[in-house]
Amino acid sequence: MENLNQILADALAAVAASDNEAGLDEIRVQYLGKKGALTALLKQLGNVAPEDRPKFGQMVNEAKEQVQAKMNERKTALAAAALNAKLANETIDVTLSGKGQEIGGLHPVTRTMERIETFFRGIGFDVASGPEIEDDYHNFEALNIPAHHPARAMQDTFYFNPNTVLRTHTSPVQVRTMENNQPPIRIICPGRVYRSDSDQTHTPMFHQVEGLLIDENISFADLKGILQQFLNVFFEDDLKVRFRPSYFPFTEPSIEVDIMRTNSKGEESWLEVLGCGMVHPKVLEMSGIDSEKYTGFAFGMGVERFAMLRYKVDDLRMFFENDLRFLTQFK
Amino acid sequence: MKFSENWLREWVNPEVTTDELVAQVTLAGLEVDEVDAAAGDFSGVVVGEIVAAEPHPNADKLQVCTVSDGTEQFQVVCGAPNARQGIKIPFAKIGAVLGADFKIKKAKLRQVESFGMLCSGSELQINEENDGILELAQDAPVGSDIREYLNLDDSIIDVDLTPNRADCLSIAGLAREVGVINKVDVMPVAITEQTVSIDDTFPIRIEASEGCPRYLGRVIKGVNVAASTPLWMVEKLRRSGVRSIDPIVDITNYVMLELGQPMHAFDLNNLSGSIVVRMAEEGEKLLLLDGQEVALRSDTMVIADEQKALAMAGVMGGEHSGVNDQTQTIFLESAFFAPIALAGKARSYGLHTDSSHRFERGVDATLAGKAMERATQLILEITGGEVGPINEVAAQAFLPTANKVTLRRKKLDQYLAMSLDKDLVTDILSRLGLDVVDVTDEQWVTVAPSHRFDIEIEADLIEEVARIFGYDNLPSSMPTAAVNFTAATEGKTPIQSLRATLVSQGYQEAVTYSFIDPVASKQFFPHIDPVPLENPISGDMGVMRPSLLPGLVKVYLHNQNRQQSRVRIFETGSRFVGDVNKLDELDQTHQVAGLIAGSRYPEGWYHNSEKVDFFDLKSHVEALFALNQGVKPDFECADEVYLHPGRSAYVLVNGERVGVIGELHPLLSKQLGTNQAVYVFEINLDAVLGAKLPEYQRVSKFPEVRRDLALLVKRETPVQALENVIAEHAGEAFKKVAVFDVYQGQGIDESEKSVALGLTWQHPSHTLSDEEVNSAVDSVTAALAEKLGAVIRG
Repeated sequence: MENLNQILADALAAVAASDNEAGLDEIRVQYLGKKGALTALLKQLGNVAPEDRPKFGQMVNEAKEQVQAKMNERKTALAAAALNAKLANETIDVTLSGKGQEIGGLHPVTRTMERIETFFRGIGFDVASGPEIEDDYHNFEALNIPAHHPARAMQDTFYFNPNTVLRTHTSPVQVRTMENNQPPIRIICPGRVYRSDSDQTHTPMFHQVEGLLIDENISFADLKGILQQFLNVFFEDDLKVRFRPSYFPFTEPSIEVDIMRTNSKGEESWLEVLGCGMVHPKVLEMSGIDSEKYTGFAFGMGVERFAMLRYKVDDLRMFFENDLRFLTQFK
Repeated sequence: MKFSENWLREWVNPEVTTDELVAQVTLAGLEVDEVDAAAGDFSGVVVGEIVAAEPHPNADKLQVCTVSDGTEQFQVVCGAPNARQGIKIPFAKIGAVLGADFKIKKAKLRQVESFGMLCSGSELQINEENDGILELAQDAPVGSDIREYLNLDDSIIDVDLTPNRADCLSIAGLAREVGVINKVDVMPVAITEQTVSIDDTFPIRIEASEGCPRYLGRVIKGVNVAASTPLWMVEKLRRSGVRSIDPIVDITNYVMLELGQPMHAFDLNNLSGSIVVRMAEEGEKLLLLDGQEVALRSDTMVIADEQKALAMAGVMGGEHSGVNDQTQTIFLESAFFAPIALAGKARSYGLHTDSSHRFERGVDATLAGKAMERATQLILEITGGEVGPINEVAAQAFLPTANKVTLRRKKLDQYLAMSLDKDLVTDILSRLGLDVVDVTDEQWVTVAPSHRFDIEIEADLIEEVARIFGYDNLPSSMPTAAVNFTAATEGKTPIQSLRATLVSQGYQEAVTYSFIDPVASKQFFPHIDPVPLENPISGDMGVMRPSLLPGLVKVYLHNQNRQQSRVRIFETGSRFVGDVNKLDELDQTHQVAGLIAGSRYPEGWYHNSEKVDFFDLKSHVEALFALNQGVKPDFECADEVYLHPGRSAYVLVNGERVGVIGELHPLLSKQLGTNQAVYVFEINLDAVLGAKLPEYQRVSKFPEVRRDLALLVKRETPVQALENVIAEHAGEAFKKVAVFDVYQGQGIDESEKSVALGLTWQHPSHTLSDEEVNSAVDSVTAALAEKLGAVIRG
């Protein structure tokens, strides 16, 4: 009996002292294996008095179970410690940058144009496009700007020959749409336009989004409502807006829209952002739309101007230098 | 048009401040660009007279003047070279304030005491003159406040008039408009018929009646051109941006500004026979007032005499026929030239004058006589003279007639989305000078006044009513329109997805000009004649781009020169190829182009700085095609001057070339100055945006089987050819082939390469047996051997 207690104590001490799985395995063989010390005790069962045999057998089995349990416990602890050590060893610097490509970005003009398109698509406008090299008829004549009209001097035009120009606005797309469709017409025409002017505040190429809505009973009030909404949505602000009489050959009445801006000193001033008006009856008729039955409005805006206001760009020419240090600011 | 507010207020004087006036006219459609004070904000300056001027004892350039203010005399040291005894000048007395921090005090200049200052035009901010002191008229009342004397408490208002409002290119026109807005009466200047004192006339013959339906001439004898233009007139002209020249020219300019009628005065002694209004002879020479000699075209109307052209009608007078300092007898012209006859003419000669500006936009056809009388009256007052009768030649048939325009209640209400009171509308129309000849509940019948020839149709009247009522006073609403569903096609990838794909690959979008340098165009595309602009901004923006690539390469160089070594950019837009004289056939296709150069990844801690190559770019191009199951493009070797011959390919869709991809030719790279290999692609946007509706295929439940093959083939055999043969012969269960290694070099014959391929099979309805797969492999290897000479590598 003392022997059993001694063996049990030795076995438990060995388990506790063991520091790896292989060592534990040896201990198992040494005590619980076929030739192990505790197994050997069971073989000596014959030497025990018959009346004590059950008790002795039970004691040895309990000892074996105890050793086995301790051994499992130790094994789990060792595995956990080993894993912890391994994980500690695998520690990385999580502040290092991620791997792979950097993201690029859209040009601010595209970004602005998409923003404008999103608003108008949302209220049911389609997006239309057309050629940039245009004939005189679609760029001027069909818009009530006959040859030598003073308005032609308002738009310095690039010519290829007397009858062919780089479009000075995206209005020819509106003309082509009217020629090929009957009202209701609801389109916007984004795109590149060209005027032979180049200085601090003019580039020979820029972008416009023009829009056209023609239906029965379209009024000046509709024009005011839509454009006021658009400006508020675009600038995410409840803007002070004013509608001012102006002149475009293709609209009557013609309107310029100003928004109130506040500078860093808190001074307010009006800034023109949009041209628009009710489509001139002659323009409707020339493209085959009954001006008695239908009315409509058209508007146009310079995308660069909107981008400049929105993103606080103070130099128009930056848009076409394509300096990555500029472009990457609009990711 | 620039004008003096005080001058306007002589005509119409509503009780509004300058700011209110400016806001009013702006909101009526006459946009004010700028408001300037007529002079600086100074006080204490009076009209002084230099009664004596002595040299300064201690300074060569200074004088010691004795200046009278009418009651006292002051000693003033002055440095102006024109300071001299007898002239009247602005005198800033002790205590005068010129500008915020400039108070005149007693001073000592080189030991001589000075009590005040004599002022130049620029010191009073009247003009830019700084060379000497401002000399006032001899009759200037000594001692009076200079602000009062020169009427300097005035604003110069610059209004930017739209082309349709030619009627406002005069004080009279602006006054009419301000009168309408404020509902106050206009007080026009009194113009009376001048008494004719001599019979002299000069004959007028009009050959170009359509362009000149009315021409008035008058002879005035004995004018004193040495007389000086009165100060009030000089000041009004100045505030309209017009310089005083001589009294006759000043008067014609004054009448133009006042009434809107451009006029011209000839020296009668320089005219021969008669005045002839005719079209120019082609190439006829005319020396203009500005000293420029022009060769006239036959589409240009001239005022001539029997011998030669004297003036370009309605644009500019000639050098030899105008008034000069010897002139005694003038022939005064006041005419109506039709806008269509003058439209664009001045500009075609590089000219733009106050006269051409007005005639092109239109002058009131009934104004010529009135202006003639007004000018005569001023000439008599200022230069004196004897007045001959007016000789008027007119062709009624070509004179504009009054426009009769009807405004319907129904249309007005519909346009404005409100119903304005009948009397209010009538009142607005009447105040605008329209003759409202009939009013009912349904309509207003009006006749437009001669100065409002721009009012032609009903919409014009709607605009007038809306404008005067105030756009901001009109209602605003959101239109109710039928919801319209746009077909959302899945047969085409939206361009936004394409842009997003490139952006996610690290591309930055660029926007370059559509016109490029013809030299660059030739460098890239020697065989293409690019479309030339007739009037480019500059030589290096002379032709329309036949491709987006020269522009992108230029952007690359711009950034390379700014230490940006890793560049990924793309652009979408049109390219232009073909004959611009056949517009319908001109190719204006939308393209997408990209450029990459530099390291594959941004500089980082985890990789070497390996540079991008052809296959990086190719994967980007393939990704674009792959969007929405677009067509899988083919690639074949390209032959383009600007691309590396061994590293470039055409992109094909269904056998048709839709783009190119490749490394910029090292020679071109060197010429352009790139410091590393640059890879570019350009593809037709429609081709790359092609998409297919996804269609579900049942996913097989049976296992895939893979077999690897290592093949030896000739180096020049494209892997694509191997893949094609495999796809054709690998049987119905064949799924895909992957190339996992390409090797050439040691251990392999120089003419050969080794290609390792992994083939995968999967059957939709059963597990493939070894026999089935082996037989497929056998037929593949046999076909490869037969068609491409491929040998299985042991």
